[in-house]
Amino acid sequence: MKKKILAVLLTVAMTAAMAACGSKEAEAPVEAPSEEAGGDAEAPAKDASDFKVGLITDVGGINDGSFNQSGWEGLQRAIDELGIEANYLESKADADYAPNIENFIDEDYDLIICVGYMLADATRTAAEANPDVKFAIIDDATIELDNVSCLMFKQEQASYLVGYVAGLMTEKDNIGFVLGMANENMHLFGYGYCAGALDANPDIKIQQINADSFSKPDIGKTSANTEITNGADIIFHAAGGTGLGVIEACREAEGVYAIGVDSDQAATIPAPETIITSAMKRVDNAVFDTVEALINGTLESGVHTYDLAAGGVDIAPTRDLLPDEVIAAVEEVKEKIVSGEVTVPSSQEEFEAAYGDVYELD
Amino acid sequence: MDVLIKNLGLLINATLIATPPLLLAALGSCFSERSGVVNIGIEGMMTIGAFTGAVMGLVLGNGWAAFFCAGLAGAAFGVIHAVACISFHADQTIAGTAINFFGPGLAVFLCKAMFDNSSDTPAMDPSCKLPKLFEGVFPVGSFWNNVLNVYSAAYLVFILAFVCWFVFYKTKFGAHLRAVGEHPEACESLGIDVYKVRYICVILSGFLAGLGGAFVTLATINQFRPSVIVGQGFIAIAAVIFGKFSPGGAMKACLLFGLCNGIKTLAAQSNTVSPNLISMIPYIVTILALVLFVGKAHTPAANGKIFVKSK
Repeated sequence: MKKKILAVLLTVAMTAAMAACGSKEAEAPVEAPSEEAGGDAEAPAKDASDFKVGLITDVGGINDGSFNQSGWEGLQRAIDELGIEANYLESKADADYAPNIENFIDEDYDLIICVGYMLADATRTAAEANPDVKFAIIDDATIELDNVSCLMFKQEQASYLVGYVAGLMTEKDNIGFVLGMANENMHLFGYGYCAGALDANPDIKIQQINADSFSKPDIGKTSANTEITNGADIIFHAAGGTGLGVIEACREAEGVYAIGVDSDQAATIPAPETIITSAMKRVDNAVFDTVEALINGTLESGVHTYDLAAGGVDIAPTRDLLPDEVIAAVEEVKEKIVSGEVTVPSSQEEFEAAYGDVYELD
Repeated sequence: MDVLIKNLGLLINATLIATPPLLLAALGSCFSERSGVVNIGIEGMMTIGAFTGAVMGLVLGNGWAAFFCAGLAGAAFGVIHAVACISFHADQTIAGTAINFFGPGLAVFLCKAMFDNSSDTPAMDPSCKLPKLFEGVFPVGSFWNNVLNVYSAAYLVFILAFVCWFVFYKTKFGAHLRAVGEHPEACESLGIDVYKVRYICVILSGFLAGLGGAFVTLATINQFRPSVIVGQGFIAIAAVIFGKFSPGGAMKACLLFGLCNGIKTLAAQSNTVSPNLISMIPYIVTILALVLFVGKAHTPAANGKIFVKSK
């Protein structure tokens, strides 16, 4: 008997869920034209506090000390300064992306910010089905839809700066790099890092390991230990959660420095003697700008690139462990990049033309 | 020669990072399975242990105390499993599956409730973690530093494996627990309290799995996040079957899995081998070892079967 009741309940739940999906899809096309026509006229009438913005993390989670966290910080600033309403949903697995987006759509959010290229497919599908909802995606430039803004970062420029720091700071002329996943977007970290290190110190040896995961701290730790054993005294990671293991390995080994990624990791991880600097992607600035544009009605679809000049990427403000002359040298290089005197390679061809086949992971 | 010794040190180091959590969980699984209760909830018990370890590390500031608390949290889940499977004769696989959903769900829920709606705990200070054995004694990167300067709990785990072996094969309780897993009716007729033995074993399995999870958050890294326990519990169960349901066999299997982690990293240097091939290494090694060296595993005869006490 119990089983029968349960079965009936489950059936009801499933039917309800399916009905909910069905009605949503049916609604969307009807609403779409009016939004297209009235979008501009409507926007000024809407008060800032009427805007609802949702952020969806990738599997890293909101406290990843990395771009998810940074994105949410940008939204929090938007709540404080612009008075919008905002919320976030965390994705625990790849399968959560689509349901999370659907959740925000169901609650009539105006803008949905998807953090990370791993959400690209889910974002594209949802954006096609809901042309009246605005989307923004971080680190992906492949979606060409009228309601999607792609926020791209020149991470190679920030990586160049930390590579430059590593080149100046290393005592053994031997540094390490741990990559989270081998793809075009992630390789940009490696190109920038290698280029910066080689420009600062042409004799430098750069050890490189692809940990092939963003969520395996034990592999990160083992990778860093391998590089430390082979003589590295500074290690840069671009590996999300795997990178926590990298930083932990550097902290445990005395005299080895770590370089963080995406946010100012020295500020979030209690390893005061270890993290000398971080290659920052100011996802917070990009998110804030996007929300501001949404409120002003100036939000444009397509690719928006945030570079060093625009404050989209930078070297971390925490620099307690860096000597003054290193800071001065880095500031100088930063100006040269902004002025165009120094160009940072942003593809395999550009890198290999300038430095040879030094980067091994591509 | 130097290169060889260096790489050997790295392999041992990697093994001592990856093996302990697996081995703790596998020893737990041994207790449960040998007493006749299938426990596929090891993964969920590890997750709650990992979470409790990280939180108690922050609260208590003492790694060993936090480690022990994590064991207790795992044991509490062991009690749930035991009550469902032994007293209420629930299907053991289903109860275990429920624990695998319940454990991570509760961990994330509590984490969000305690830490400002975040599913990760804040990183803890190094002094809150488990202690290391030879901090600063050997030069960084040397062979001995890689082999000896690891978390003391990593070595403790191997001692624990020996203790488990002793309990299994050299004590009266061990004989009872093995007998109960083979033929509970016969045991009952001889006056052994089958329920009591099974309760102890299942709760112990939760305790050990909780410790395994806490090793990750208190030694490998310094915080909990939902992605720290992803599949280790199932690998531990595989190791138990691979090791023919004995503590010694499980230890060998866990060492093999841990070693593969080291081989993966060594092979990943300089990208000479495709990362896709490298990630296959553990599985290929397992299949080869199974086919070549390990015979048929003998499953305890009463494993997974519901036993009802006669009145």
